[in-house]
Amino acid sequence: MKETIIPIGPFHPLLEEPELFTLRVEGETVIDVDVKIGWNHRGIEKLAQGLTWDQVPYLVERICGICSTSHPYACVLAMEEILDIKAPLRAQYIRSTVGELERIHSHLLWLGLAGHFVGYNTVFMWAWKYREFVLDSLEHLTGNRNHYAMFKAGGVRRDFSQKAMDFTMKSMDGVEKALKMFLGVVSDDPVLKKRLVGVGILTYEDAILYSATGPTSRPSGVDHDVRRDEPFDAYDKVDWDVVVLKEGDVFAKAACRILECIESVKIIRQCIENMPEGEIDAGVTDIPPGEGCGHYEAPRGEVFHYMRSDGTGYPIRHKIRAPTFNNLPTFKATCPGAHIADVALITAAIDPCYCCTERVGVVDNTGNKSVLTQDDLTKLSIDRTFAIRRDLGKLTWDPYSKLI
Amino acid sequence: MPLGLSSLKKSIWIYHMACSPCNNCDIEILDLLTPRFDVERFGVVLVGSVRHADALLCTGMVNRQIKPRLQEAYLQASKPCIVLAIGSCAINGNIFRKSYNMAGPVDRAIKEVDPNAIIVYVPGCPPKPEAMISSVVKAIGFLDTLKAKAK
Repeated sequence: MKETIIPIGPFHPLLEEPELFTLRVEGETVIDVDVKIGWNHRGIEKLAQGLTWDQVPYLVERICGICSTSHPYACVLAMEEILDIKAPLRAQYIRSTVGELERIHSHLLWLGLAGHFVGYNTVFMWAWKYREFVLDSLEHLTGNRNHYAMFKAGGVRRDFSQKAMDFTMKSMDGVEKALKMFLGVVSDDPVLKKRLVGVGILTYEDAILYSATGPTSRPSGVDHDVRRDEPFDAYDKVDWDVVVLKEGDVFAKAACRILECIESVKIIRQCIENMPEGEIDAGVTDIPPGEGCGHYEAPRGEVFHYMRSDGTGYPIRHKIRAPTFNNLPTFKATCPGAHIADVALITAAIDPCYCCTERVGVVDNTGNKSVLTQDDLTKLSIDRTFAIRRDLGKLTWDPYSKLI
Repeated sequence: MPLGLSSLKKSIWIYHMACSPCNNCDIEILDLLTPRFDVERFGVVLVGSVRHADALLCTGMVNRQIKPRLQEAYLQASKPCIVLAIGSCAINGNIFRKSYNMAGPVDRAIKEVDPNAIIVYVPGCPPKPEAMISSVVKAIGFLDTLKAKAK
């Protein structure tokens, strides 16, 4: 059969972010999918080098509006690794509470959009209706619906009031009830079953091969969660479970997200009930020379921040790796052979966040080349490494001292 | 123009354009359609094609790759067309204004192709859904003054 190429994007009514999908189809069957990004590139890593340590959490918060806790969380954990300190106990509980509230709002958002993609707008309206209660809690606790500006190196910026915590406990009852209803809806509804079961299966091997993280890999049987494997803050002080399923299809991904939300409700309840009294800020004044990494299990998977300090007021390197960067290429394994109507759902099942993932917008090498090959990139990388080694001679500290 | 203007203010159809935002204004725009705010009761509908739209909701600092696409989409929209610059990034670039990839905020990009464009600014990071509804109401009020001038 004749092969046809269908371009979708960059502006299209499906996802809210601009990206260009190129589908190669034979009839109704998709052979290959390719994605082009770059419409969201804002140069965050370069901007971070021009901001003070106190301003950087505000910037990384604005990498993505949906993960606006995960990025500052990983960022301040990296700063605290340089400082070699831990936040006070109350600050740790506050951080974990905000992180888990964000996970519920992100997963409910995805659930609604997934309903919208299968043409089941009732689910969209329901999920977003109950998501409002989570946003209300966040507004009471932190002062804003999104972009909470809670995080700083060595603590949090503001305390929770007792009234706000009571409100959150009350709204968690409603949210848990709604989540249990959704679990019933997803597992019982014949329409959703028909559209989700057996669609876009990501096998265990493929999940490992593409290094998928978070709710993309856990439904495929990969038992990995940063919060449990490398515990920090309140996560090892409360009782919760990692949700691991084995089917790997879109249905399992939806179920995994709802079950994770129920676990998050458990964490939030325990955090607020056991909220210790005391300081919320360790009083960090400056960051010493050194380097540090921070991981956090964002709603979409593991987010990683690397920061290097030379003792001045600004970071000299800030490297960010968002979860969608790993999860996005899995559509190469899941999409071929799928029906064209399912592709939107399969690509959306990883909960893509292009704002986080954006890498280089324009690649224009010398000699009017618009696309770089693997060899070009390797050469650029080697040149860059040599340049960094040359520069390091001027530094007053040894960056490899920590590794040995 | 008067006929177009009077029909425009009955039911504003909006088209959402994300011009390198952080996604936050975008989810708040989607929030408008859901039961808590439900803008459809005012006749505001999100449409799938820019050619059906009466208002463009632009979010984000416009980067170099998206700028020509934004201008092209604006030219394709049926006139008269209101541009709503949603969020601080769309107004002045906010925290991204010093980025190497910044190609001017929304109003500058639009006014390059149409100096007489109607632009409504909605500040906030992100603006609350109530602020967005209020901005649409104010835009309709502005259309009334335009109509009076046209007579």
